[in-house]
Amino acid sequence: MIPRPTFTEDLSSLPDHAYSYRSLTWWGVVGFMVIEGTGFALVAAAYFFLMSQEQSWAPAPLDPPGLVAGTLFTVILLLSEIPNTLVKRAAHNQELGAVRRLLPLMVAVGGVLLVIRGFEFNSLHVLWYSNAYGSILWALLLLHTLHVGTDWVDTIVLWALMRTPHGETPRRFVDTDENALYWRFVWLSWLPIYALIYIVPRLFR
Amino acid sequence: MSPPAKRPPPKKERVLRDGPDLTGAELEARLHATWARPKGLIGWLGSVDHKEIGRRYIITALAFLALGGLMALHMRLQLMFPDNDLMGPGLFNETFTMHGTTMMFLFAVPVMQGVQIYLTPIMVGTRAMAFPRLTAFSYYMYLFGGLFLWGAHFLRFGPDNGWFSYVPLAGPQYGIGKRADVWAQTVTFTEVAALAVAVTLVATILKQRAPGMTLARMPIFVWATLVTSLMVIFSMPSVALVSGLLLSDRLVGTHFFNPAEHGDPLLFQHLFWFFGHPEVYIIFLPATGFVSEIVATFSRRSIFGYPIVVLSLVATGILAFGLWVHHMFATGLPRVGYSFYTAASMAVSIPTGLQIFCWIATMWDGRPRLRVPMLYIVGFIVTFVIGGLTGVIIAAVPLDLQLHDTYFIVAHFHYVLIGGSVFPLLGAITYWYPKFTGRMMSEGLGKVSFWTVFLGFQLAFFPMHIAGLLGMPRRVYTYPAGMGLELPNMLSSIGSAVVAVGVLLFVVNMVKSFAVGAEAGPNPWDAPGLEWAAASPPAWYNFAHIPAVESRTPLWDAEDRFGVVHGLRVDDRELLLTTVISAAPDLREPSACPSIWPFIAAVATAITFIASVFSPWAVAFGAVPVAIALIAWFWPKTPGPNAEPQIT
Repeated sequence: MIPRPTFTEDLSSLPDHAYSYRSLTWWGVVGFMVIEGTGFALVAAAYFFLMSQEQSWAPAPLDPPGLVAGTLFTVILLLSEIPNTLVKRAAHNQELGAVRRLLPLMVAVGGVLLVIRGFEFNSLHVLWYSNAYGSILWALLLLHTLHVGTDWVDTIVLWALMRTPHGETPRRFVDTDENALYWRFVWLSWLPIYALIYIVPRLFR
Repeated sequence: MSPPAKRPPPKKERVLRDGPDLTGAELEARLHATWARPKGLIGWLGSVDHKEIGRRYIITALAFLALGGLMALHMRLQLMFPDNDLMGPGLFNETFTMHGTTMMFLFAVPVMQGVQIYLTPIMVGTRAMAFPRLTAFSYYMYLFGGLFLWGAHFLRFGPDNGWFSYVPLAGPQYGIGKRADVWAQTVTFTEVAALAVAVTLVATILKQRAPGMTLARMPIFVWATLVTSLMVIFSMPSVALVSGLLLSDRLVGTHFFNPAEHGDPLLFQHLFWFFGHPEVYIIFLPATGFVSEIVATFSRRSIFGYPIVVLSLVATGILAFGLWVHHMFATGLPRVGYSFYTAASMAVSIPTGLQIFCWIATMWDGRPRLRVPMLYIVGFIVTFVIGGLTGVIIAAVPLDLQLHDTYFIVAHFHYVLIGGSVFPLLGAITYWYPKFTGRMMSEGLGKVSFWTVFLGFQLAFFPMHIAGLLGMPRRVYTYPAGMGLELPNMLSSIGSAVVAVGVLLFVVNMVKSFAVGAEAGPNPWDAPGLEWAAASPPAWYNFAHIPAVESRTPLWDAEDRFGVVHGLRVDDRELLLTTVISAAPDLREPSACPSIWPFIAAVATAITFIASVFSPWAVAFGAVPVAIALIAWFWPKTPGPNAEPQIT
């Protein structure tokens, strides 16, 4: 027999949406950030493993990657946190107008970053099939580009979504909030990768 | 900042909620209308019901178990006699590779995750998984990965480098053709699936537990699921990475593993085993969860030393990440590396030993009933202890160097994997079968199949220790006569046939009981967990009212008073979210409806993955349909932002 229910608490007055760790979406986003972060950490481990095979790093006679594109990318990426914080805050306050105005800015920033990223590949001074050093540099840069690209497409879709009447639902503001959180992961994970691509090959020549 | 956006005024319609005014048959009919999936093929493919998906996972995994088992029988036939020529070396290589890859990637992990998908929501007292469409997507990814591997095998380009597919043998120089690519991409499929499931399980466990089910009241199986899912999250990126790097070495000429260009084959081994060792525990820990549940129910007392068992699970999960190098002792390591990984490998036996003592203490202090599930647990303890002991002794480097790649190792890991996981799994299937189907499995046939499997297993695998000690290397397609290997191999082959008969009897029992088994009722074993408060099989919505939990053994303590909370919407798929540690009611969130898009996304991803084995450009072209499918999947389907579903 299924036991007969005894009613206790009435939960009908609970809210139907919340931000951050109270929402399921946050847990999903954090779960995937942990997976991808672990992936980055393992690529970094592989980087140092391969580095131990070489006498110098970048291996002579290769030059380390050129700094201009990568540094420009980093500066813009860090500055993008300003509009990103504004989007996040607007989403949290459910300010639809601000969200609708700021999302295209984030889309534009993502587009500019992807273009600069193209120049970054061109300034590595090594090709992926040249040697193991080239392979791991390309792997790092490609994996991060995948994240920038994914979030860029995601932001475009979100922008389109927020322009429809769906944008008025509180849960879509939660989505916007979490998308901004993911962008923080994208730039935070970039900082060690920047060091691995551009700084470490200058330290061990 | 812009002024707050205008929102449409709330609708006047009455929102239906469960409670004292809406309960019993009317509530169940309305919940059924909300939670049942559409009929027909599209509805079937679009199902997001965790019970359906879990069942599909389990059945598919058992089908792969049968295929992998046939491979094993084929090998045992070949090895039955010295100098046998039933199989040549090439076919034998492919056969053991298919056996290992199938068992590890297509059976062991998916079957555990399938049971977890089925049981976790009903054990924690919720209506659905978190991210149910992701769960559906994961199943299709897993299925397509398995079909890809076996399709390639039938088309004669199945992998043949062993289940860990070491370079340089699997690299571009020696692994000619597409065989190694098939292995690598199968791994990618299964990792995507396993990672997706792990995230959904963690979210379900941490956010959807019934009110009052604090972390300290969670069923042990749910703890095991949480720990394993976290292990999946931290370990599987490693194998996804290594299979990706292997593919890239093979397809676009990178040099990660090519020593001529300063890559290193050992990098492959490190990355593989950083996943591969935790993998063993990803398979084993859910099984210990089964054991804890079954032992408690059939001993009629709650598990002895609950905190010890939970902490042991967590400790095993953590230690499992510090052992991977013991698979690489034979590659040459710094001395301190030998010492550290030997110590760590021995240390991991401590928490496992603690768990075993707790189970024994539970039986000792309880009133054990030796029903079929309990028999499997006793069989598990005996077999696993033997496998664990051989594990401890090969943690010692000098012995490992002697026994590495011999049949002693084959015996060891079959003892821990079959004894440690498959026995508890068969017990678990027998135990939860009434919940899955509403019918009991036959006790008599169950006992016969248990003894056949158990004794057959010992006959098949114990002699392998001897063969290994006599120096028989693993993965050889034959052996010469006159070296003392005839008897152990003959016994192993006979034993494997006995195991096959036992498993067949188990399957016959499953099929027969499905048709004519005794009606089970919700709680045929008089078990304490919440899953036994749901109907057998559970309704689409699992529970008419969400239970309110006050102890670790709610049904034993309920007596006449089974507390429930109320006030969830009945006309929409609504879940109750609770706080992470104390499980206090926090939010009502909607749950996704059935959708065909996860299936379409999986098809698009599968085509991309498979095509990328042949051309790297497939990744670029395939990204477009994948992105379209994902966008369609996420795009809200409700006609308006606040439209209420209408139920008449």
